[in-house]
Amino acid sequence: MHSPTSKVARFDAGAPLRLACQQDLAPFSIAYETYGALNSDKSNAILICHALTADQYVASAHPITGKPGWWDNMVGSGKPIDTDRFYVICSNVLGGCMGSTGPASIDPASGVPYGLNFPVITLGDMVEAQARLMDYLGIDQLFAVIGGSMGGMQVLEWASRFKDRVFAAVPIATAAWHSSQNIAFHEVGRQAVMADPEWKGGNYYASGTIPRNGLAVARMAAHITYLSEEALHRKFGRSLQDRSEKTFSFSADFQVESYLRHQGSTFVDRFDANSYLYITRALDYFDLRENAGGVLANAFRGTKTRFCVVSFTSDWLYPTRESRTIVQALNAVAANVSFVEIESDKGHDAFLLEEPTFFATVRGFLNAAAVKRGLSAPKEVKR
Amino acid sequence: MNAPDLGKIVSAQKTPRLDHELIAEMVEAGSRVLDVGCGDGELLQLLTECKGVDGRGVELQRDKVNACVARGLSVIQGDADRDLDNYPDQAFDYAILSLTIQATRQPKTVLENLLRIGRRAIVSFPNFGHWHVRTKLLLTGRMPINDNLPDLWYLTPNAHLCTIRDFADLCELVHADVEQAVAFNAYGGRLPIKWSLSMQNLFGEKAVFLLRGPSRSSAAP
Repeated sequence: MHSPTSKVARFDAGAPLRLACQQDLAPFSIAYETYGALNSDKSNAILICHALTADQYVASAHPITGKPGWWDNMVGSGKPIDTDRFYVICSNVLGGCMGSTGPASIDPASGVPYGLNFPVITLGDMVEAQARLMDYLGIDQLFAVIGGSMGGMQVLEWASRFKDRVFAAVPIATAAWHSSQNIAFHEVGRQAVMADPEWKGGNYYASGTIPRNGLAVARMAAHITYLSEEALHRKFGRSLQDRSEKTFSFSADFQVESYLRHQGSTFVDRFDANSYLYITRALDYFDLRENAGGVLANAFRGTKTRFCVVSFTSDWLYPTRESRTIVQALNAVAANVSFVEIESDKGHDAFLLEEPTFFATVRGFLNAAAVKRGLSAPKEVKR
Repeated sequence: MNAPDLGKIVSAQKTPRLDHELIAEMVEAGSRVLDVGCGDGELLQLLTECKGVDGRGVELQRDKVNACVARGLSVIQGDADRDLDNYPDQAFDYAILSLTIQATRQPKTVLENLLRIGRRAIVSFPNFGHWHVRTKLLLTGRMPINDNLPDLWYLTPNAHLCTIRDFADLCELVHADVEQAVAFNAYGGRLPIKWSLSMQNLFGEKAVFLLRGPSRSSAAP
């Protein structure tokens, strides 16, 4: 699963990462991609945090699928996150499977892949690992930390844990804790993986097989939560797939079935099933109130970071009210916060799509923050 | 009160609204300002550019919020009636409510919140006691419509219209000190401060009040 194409920061046995579960992880690696150039005083770095199944290839082709970067409409030359002005870093999360240490990595204690011997990690652990990467890159303060969904939760962790290291924060389509409904969906996905005989208690690496069917079902179920009823209806309705009549069988008669099957089957080629288990678990464990005495506002007390919270009207996975909870907590500590709800019928995945109002928001917010940070004005827009 | 650089204000924005211009005079340079009902951010922009304030806004309408954030202002989508409770005491030097109080559901609670959140509150509102309004109502027997009250009664967002006198009473009720009260006539001219409240109430089309909360009247600025 390791990708040879990314840069990799290696942290050796002498510099273990103390995890939330109180275990030390060492050695560990963080794979990352960068775009643009770091300025001389290292003040123009933006960290982009990826969502559950994304990776460090935010604006460059994926080495396995060959598809363009997952946020390639947002990140690039002249784009809202402008690589002509900013040094953009995106790293594969701890527990991931695109070059950062995860359950598919070799456990130095046994010489074989960790599998379920990999410690259960949290979003806080992922962010601590990212902070180590920033140390490694010599970046004291990030100009901005930006991310959607699970990436947004990492943004919140960053802003809460490293108040002096985050000048601006853009948590998008996210929440300050994982809801019961979200945990429930994840549990369905995990049970699907673990019910697949090819999963073999997590030790499928040796046999060279993967729990293809289980992971595909997990992805199919999850994918529904990323969309909206309107978006599904508009895209597929009740249309049949390559046939004019129902077949009175369980083959994929409907386009929506065919679409989900495709989503499931292509996913398994690029994602490790155990990584899926560990990362969904990390999401379930996420509750920013826990280290703040149960009061979310305390997580942000004393912050000088400028926040821009964004939600989407049709996102039912991380609905607007959860963003509003974040905003209320930020207001309670008189933080500098902007909050916009973007009208979209495309569900949670709207944050990955080209929504003009959303893009204008991110561009405007970053421009204003860059002025405050004393960064140079954008070059004349070239399109 | 620092004298504002009106030349600078005029050059920054071609035609600042008259109540905005007055508010810009009232606000001290470099202060922290919360503009509740900030609309498209015109006042916030003016205060940021001319007075170097650290400004935040709250606006109900989503498209206006988006426009504000896209132009770099710190604005949240929210509601004066619902979202002010979250702010801590004295988080701002000024809490501003510009031509919005008449559209809130609980004007008294909103005003109390403004006085709690800001060391000072600035409230502007259309004056329902203006002679034109009174005459319209007297002669036509219908809800008056003018530049400040442009909507038909069943379309207006306004729920709690008041007169200058009414508002002064509310200030007294919540123990707010009126540090400054300025009324504008229909042509945008400021009415003489020396005029009695009755005269201001009769000839003022809009009013702007600079207030200080009850427990903080003696505190140093």
